[in-house]
Amino acid sequence: MAALGGCLLVLIGVAVACALWAVWRYNNLISLKNQVANAWKQIDVQLKRRHDLIPNLVSAVKGEMQFEQDTLEKVIQARNSAVAARGVADSADKENQLTQTLSRLFALAENYPNLKANENVKALMEELTSTENKIGFARQFYNDLATRFNTAQQIFPDNLIAQAFKFQSVELFEITVPAEREVPQVDLSLKPK
Amino acid sequence: MTNLYDQQRQNLRRTTALLAGFVAFLAFLGIGADAFLYGTGFSPGFPIATLGALLLGGFSAWWSVQGGDKAVLESTHAVPIQRGDPRQRLVDDVVEEMAIAAGLPKPAVYLIPDPDPNAFATGIGPERSSIAVTQGLVETLNREELQAVVSHEMSHVRNYDVRVMTVVAALVGSILLLSDWGRRGLWWGGGRRDDRERGGGGLMALVFFVLWLLSLILAPIIAQLVAMAVSRQREYLADASGAELTRNPLALASALEKIDAATAPTRSIKQGVAHLCIEDPRGSALNDREGAFASLFATHPPMAKRIALLKEMAYQKART
Repeated sequence: MAALGGCLLVLIGVAVACALWAVWRYNNLISLKNQVANAWKQIDVQLKRRHDLIPNLVSAVKGEMQFEQDTLEKVIQARNSAVAARGVADSADKENQLTQTLSRLFALAENYPNLKANENVKALMEELTSTENKIGFARQFYNDLATRFNTAQQIFPDNLIAQAFKFQSVELFEITVPAEREVPQVDLSLKPK
Repeated sequence: MTNLYDQQRQNLRRTTALLAGFVAFLAFLGIGADAFLYGTGFSPGFPIATLGALLLGGFSAWWSVQGGDKAVLESTHAVPIQRGDPRQRLVDDVVEEMAIAAGLPKPAVYLIPDPDPNAFATGIGPERSSIAVTQGLVETLNREELQAVVSHEMSHVRNYDVRVMTVVAALVGSILLLSDWGRRGLWWGGGRRDDRERGGGGLMALVFFVLWLLSLILAPIIAQLVAMAVSRQREYLADASGAELTRNPLALASALEKIDAATAPTRSIKQGVAHLCIEDPRGSALNDREGAFASLFATHPPMAKRIALLKEMAYQKART
């Protein structure tokens, strides 16, 4: 009888330990999930700032860059479609297009000495550069957290908890523009042109 | 070849071991004082000196962590950064970018009017922190390099280095005080100790006594050596995790090269803050000598080695 009682005690002990472990791992997943959601919001904050800045920049350079109406319009269009984008993949795609049109605008602005000397335009350019960086770093932080969250769901034995409570893995930001993913071709041979 | 994450883990383990050693050393001094000065021997009694030593260390550490940052900023004549000036605005932007990359609240940014390029971080932890840069740093580095230096300082904040180093400094102070007090006690109370020692004793007690006496004499030097070792470890860690934030170890390497090229000491920054700077403010004399002895007393690892490690991180062997 005593042996049976002892077995029962051990079983109860194991069950309690399992339950405690499950609670601990579940809470870990929940806290990671919320951190990921928060990191996502931080990207949104920076994206919104970029969307607000672009009309200012365009109107500041419009006078000087009359011959670049096409580029300016493309920037505004890309900005508007980025504002309208919904979901991770779509928004990443539209924002990447916006980044591309913006970098074309920045490159063209190099040809206008008056623009480069203009304090207001310089301040706007720095602000936009900084915002671009912030978007990049906010995405990097989001990707780091999202990777941790996804890994936490996949490793054994935590994946049992993740499956039982139907945790979903989250999408990472990826470069979707083919041009940015391509390896640049560098030809170092000295053949005459 | 070690990568970024391995280096970070390794550094963290070492620092934990060093801090534990410090506390153990403090307790060892206290236990010895209990055994030989107050005559409790190894028999159970109230360990007044052991408790006193640990309390002294704990209290002075707590005290200096609480109010340190304001005093440090004032001593360097740091002023809040002005967003009106384009270069200073750039620094402010870069700090915000790095705060986003680290997922931390943005620290307060200060400018130190000093022509030598240098920077330091201070504060209690990520919730209350400040980053100060010198005028010289703002003027000599480009955007990427500034970002790298700020990422190094941001890592000091994120890794709680400010707190660790403040605690270490306080523990060193306590050990100095305690060893001084122990030596005096030994001098004046020697006779009383001899009477009691016969009760406990044997060979083990003698060995312990000799060890304790030796540590009492060597304590000031040992404590400072260990403090410098902790400081150097934290520098490597800040380099590694700074590079993790920017994903650009080469920018930090080139920033360090530029900072190293300016050999003048940073006069505005006092020695007490040296362990939180990107480079030792005394000028590079001590930190650059590669000899084993010189490197024992330096707050920062040799610049050449830091740069080499960063380049290795970028999977690019430094060319010699």
